[in-house]
Amino acid sequence: MPNHKQATLDRRVVMGAILKNRGDALIVTGLGSTCYDAGVADHPNTFYLWGGMGAAAMMGLGLALAQPSRRVVVVTGDGEMLMGFGAFATIGAKSPKNLSLVVIDNEHYSETGMQPTHTHRGVDLAAVAKACNFPSSETVYSEQELATEVPALFAGPGLLFRDIKVNTQRYPMSIRMRDGAHIKNRFRENLLGQKAFD
Amino acid sequence: MKQETPPRVWPREIYEVFKQVGIEQIAFVPDAGHTQLIKDCEADDAIETVSLTSEVEGVAMLAGGWLGGKRGALLMQSSGVGNCINMLSVIQECRFPLLMIVTMRGEWGEFNSWQLPMGQSTQAVLEHSGVIVQRADRADDVRDVVFAAATMTFSSNRPIAVLLGQRLIGFKDWSK
Repeated sequence: MPNHKQATLDRRVVMGAILKNRGDALIVTGLGSTCYDAGVADHPNTFYLWGGMGAAAMMGLGLALAQPSRRVVVVTGDGEMLMGFGAFATIGAKSPKNLSLVVIDNEHYSETGMQPTHTHRGVDLAAVAKACNFPSSETVYSEQELATEVPALFAGPGLLFRDIKVNTQRYPMSIRMRDGAHIKNRFRENLLGQKAFD
Repeated sequence: MKQETPPRVWPREIYEVFKQVGIEQIAFVPDAGHTQLIKDCEADDAIETVSLTSEVEGVAMLAGGWLGGKRGALLMQSSGVGNCINMLSVIQECRFPLLMIVTMRGEWGEFNSWQLPMGQSTQAVLEHSGVIVQRADRADDVRDVVFAAATMTFSSNRPIAVLLGQRLIGFKDWSK
């Protein structure tokens, strides 16, 4: 097992801080724990992915390109991001100025029995993002860092990546809303008004 | 059997349909059959073009674009359809529109036998994944088929793939 810092941050504290700072930002979660966490403060500007593992970052890119005046924040897990690994390269090459990509990284597949992910075995997502042309990329370990890094997610302009290391604490689902068409329509109506029906 | 003489007209016609129906995002993995269309889209400042590492990224990206109020299209070769399968479940579950323009390989005069397995299963894979499939095999049909598919996907919020038959592209001379 590679030697690395012990993660102490709690995932719900991290998600709570992100949601508290959201302002008018548009948020996309990944499937699994980040989806369940985001419901602690539900908002129509959050798109909850319950499926499509690997979708979150690219969905964020499409949304960011469609809404260049809004900050888009993708909050996903390490397993989900690893499945959509190519998105690092595609997003870095496109370099949108209004996208923040956040991985809440517990280094495990917590939905399926806590098997370790590659981030537990030495794969450094912040280094990957840096190598893929993200101008700002950091790993976050402490509450102190979190206090400055979370507002930075929304400060823009720019393309950011943050790998936030959390412990393996699990929580019950904070959201019961699962119907994909409903989640999509609610998001679009709130963002686009009558244009949602064009 | 004679090779079609370039330049082909139908790639430009697809671009014109994109403009007509208000396409503003193009996601693609390059294919020789899409060369001209990709160039036309890249030259248009009103269209965001995104080159993908895998077609599956484009399915998620265009769903995000639609969330943000933009219409898009995904360009790929038939081999890319297999890369999209699970992501198409997001399209179906959420009732996203999705316009896929797929150039076919492995179905007519194919020189590379490795293209046949995916080429021969492309339509079935799409249909099993909840995607409506329409085809154009003659150059004269391309404009109408793409226009009809684009109109229907954005008015119904359902995914539609237009398969552009390999016969449109013509034989690749493999003796060179």
